[in-house]
Amino acid sequence: MAPRPPDRGAFGRALGALVPAVPFLWLTFFFLIPFVIVFKIALSEPATAQPPYRPVFDLSLGLEALSEAFSQLSFYNFSLLLEDSLYFSSFISSLRIAAVSTALLLAIGFPIAYAMAKAPERWRPTLLMLVILPFWTSFLIRVYAWIGILKPEGLLSALLINLGLIGEPLQIMNTDRAVFIGIVYSYLPFMVLPLYATLEKFDYTLLEAAEDLGCPPLRAFWRITVPLAMPGILAGCLLCFIPVVGEFVIPDLLGGSETLMIGRTLWSEFFSNRDWPLASAVAVVLLVLLVGPIVAYRDIEARRWEKAK
Amino acid sequence: MNRRFGFFDATALTLGFAFLYLPILILVVYSFNASRLVTVWGGFSTQWYVSLLQNEQLLQAAWISLRVAFLSAAVATVLGTLAALALVRYGRYPGRTLFTGMVYAPLVMPEVITGLSLLLLFVAVDFDRGFWTVVLAHTTFTMCFVTVVVQARLVDFDRSLEEAAMDLGCPPLKTFFTITLPLIAPSVLAGFLLAFTLSLDDLVIASFTSGPGATTLPMRIYSQVRLGVTPEINAVCTILVALVTIGVIIASLATKRSAVARQ
Repeated sequence: MAPRPPDRGAFGRALGALVPAVPFLWLTFFFLIPFVIVFKIALSEPATAQPPYRPVFDLSLGLEALSEAFSQLSFYNFSLLLEDSLYFSSFISSLRIAAVSTALLLAIGFPIAYAMAKAPERWRPTLLMLVILPFWTSFLIRVYAWIGILKPEGLLSALLINLGLIGEPLQIMNTDRAVFIGIVYSYLPFMVLPLYATLEKFDYTLLEAAEDLGCPPLRAFWRITVPLAMPGILAGCLLCFIPVVGEFVIPDLLGGSETLMIGRTLWSEFFSNRDWPLASAVAVVLLVLLVGPIVAYRDIEARRWEKAK
Repeated sequence: MNRRFGFFDATALTLGFAFLYLPILILVVYSFNASRLVTVWGGFSTQWYVSLLQNEQLLQAAWISLRVAFLSAAVATVLGTLAALALVRYGRYPGRTLFTGMVYAPLVMPEVITGLSLLLLFVAVDFDRGFWTVVLAHTTFTMCFVTVVVQARLVDFDRSLEEAAMDLGCPPLKTFFTITLPLIAPSVLAGFLLAFTLSLDDLVIASFTSGPGATTLPMRIYSQVRLGVTPEINAVCTILVALVTIGVIIASLATKRSAVARQ
């Protein structure tokens, strides 16, 4: 902290300590501890009771019972995840869909962010606002809007048929393609914003220097713009990739029955099959898969703020 | 500075914004469609808004959602602002790495995981699921967004004003409320509005943590959408879009005014 006034008494110090302590305790209780519980439930067996699982350990029973409980820990749910190809293929398919849509988002988002950064300065706040505004409107609504557009008797098919471009209605709705469209549409602001933040600060005289030295524009783009924009590219990709892997609403509303995504599997294990331990095991595996990207994202963000300070 | 804004850039922006806005625009236009079919324009009509006003279930869900959003955003704003201060103003302290992790992880955490883990917490501590569990869950995931918004303002904050006040003998707490808070107020307001809309919008976390009698608007919309597209939902969506647009305009005017005042 900055120079402290000398008259800061015990009360002031206690108050100062509360500033980090309150959010810290809140997040510990409502964010960290719940994960521990998820791990615990993932190791318990399903039961037809309320709640529908048998508790693994009960701390009130003392150490002996605890050590016995440890010996009875069940990895049943995890072995089920490995054996049943449904779970394995939904994990693979989630990662594939997330990777493809992140690549699409980057390909579509980069030209937009680059154009925004190159636009005259007085336009930029408005352009920024136009990118942020859809992010503020309901996610559910934006996904829902595409149902009316993409379904066979929907607007897109009607338009293309009227223009004579296609003979029969498009079969996009309830396929992976509809899921890609929905993801790109919903997550575009998440990609554009971090890209814009780095490209806006980019020193464009570097490109001029490269041009003066005879470097062709495309090559200058790949060798100067892209490497310098890398923090933004990484932040944007992680900000999209991580939540998309666990996405539920988009595959559920736009995808078909063959669109396997892990968020959807978890949801149906939980709500339809009421198998809480298995749903928890799915969550644990998902979390383990995403730990690397999440830590990378945190590091990028923390470094960005350190630098800004 | 060489920033050539060319034909390619203009095209990218036009197509990009068309892609972002056309679906919402279509939704708004068709909420005034007299016909039940999406592709047929049956003339201008406000009948879906009328039938919406008679839909008790939807109205009740909307009222629950608004209350949840207001309460959770209010608490999230306080917690998020404190967390932002802790990140920007405090140097090293034990658990700082863990703290930054806990602030940034919820921003990207898949909602199904957050929802499931919070539900299991509420079951473990035997807390009846309903209105308050949704409020607690929403507070937790929205406070991190508030932190990021307030943090951005605190990072380029001119601390000489605070130092001047304290040199003149103003106690730290009073300095915070009379100097710091008014200066960061626009970002705190923006954080509140963001938390409010995120809460109003959330389907997944609410579905996990809600209980009987606490069905939120997105949960209601979702169950109706699963049964098929209905023009009534178009009307609900239009109203929500209008509310958000008004909120964002107010927020940006507030920011602009404070920016002008600062100059």
